[in-house]
Amino acid sequence: MSHGFFIWASYGVTFAALALEVALLLRRSRNSTRQADKMPE
Amino acid sequence: MDSSIRWFWFASPQTFFPLAGTIARWCAAGAALLAVAGLYVGLVVAPTDAQQGEVYRIIFIHVPAAWMSMFIYLVMAGWAAVGLAFNTRLSFMLAQALAPTGALFTFIALWTGSLWGRPTWGTYWVWDARLTSELILLFLYLGFMALHAAIDEPRRADRASALLAIVGAVNVPIIYYSVQWWNTLHQGASVSITRAPSMAAIMLTGMLLMALAFWLYSIAAVLVRVRCMIRERV
Repeated sequence: MSHGFFIWASYGVTFAALALEVALLLRRSRNSTRQADKMPE
Repeated sequence: MDSSIRWFWFASPQTFFPLAGTIARWCAAGAALLAVAGLYVGLVVAPTDAQQGEVYRIIFIHVPAAWMSMFIYLVMAGWAAVGLAFNTRLSFMLAQALAPTGALFTFIALWTGSLWGRPTWGTYWVWDARLTSELILLFLYLGFMALHAAIDEPRRADRASALLAIVGAVNVPIIYYSVQWWNTLHQGASVSITRAPSMAAIMLTGMLLMALAFWLYSIAAVLVRVRCMIRERV
């Protein structure tokens, strides 16, 4: 197996994992904002 | 007003909320810029390694992710201890908010280490002290989150998971010193404050840029999560 596979599998999964966390955080943030709109910004 | 009083003022979730939003935005922007710079240095500028060839480029995410996995755990245990000592809601929230990001970086460190191990050691995994203690760290993060989720009453959940976080902190020095205490397949520390770096300056620059990017990303992610918790609990 070429070294390219190991490098891109590392970078790809890292990027995907961080992107997933950001997406989940943004969704949670939107949902919590809808529920409690009385908090001071 | 005395500056020390301001710190206590920000210990309240309601006053911390807008400050966290501002800091999170700046940290997210900084993380994106530093990640672009770090990836450019790591993938384009840094030369091919004489011994390992191109596969060494995994170091630019593996080492910063491993540093973050240990550092976040210590910060999490620290906030848990502060929460237990002073019974402050925000401290428990910060400890809880750090766990998913810490677990994520631990997973990334294990995943990238495994992919780096195959071409260099000839195996994806070996039950060596460094790898095993890092895997235990992942289980500690998962255990912390599972314990918190398993208890319905938030204050009891905070206290129980805080205890687990504090006890589990003993694993962090074991991870760090495992390569010195035992004969391991894993190499020694890449960077140490007690001796000069053993890698080329440009490689070290790329690694430090990525470490800073991960650091700022973690601050942003944790602060956004704390804001969600404040909204959900109030």
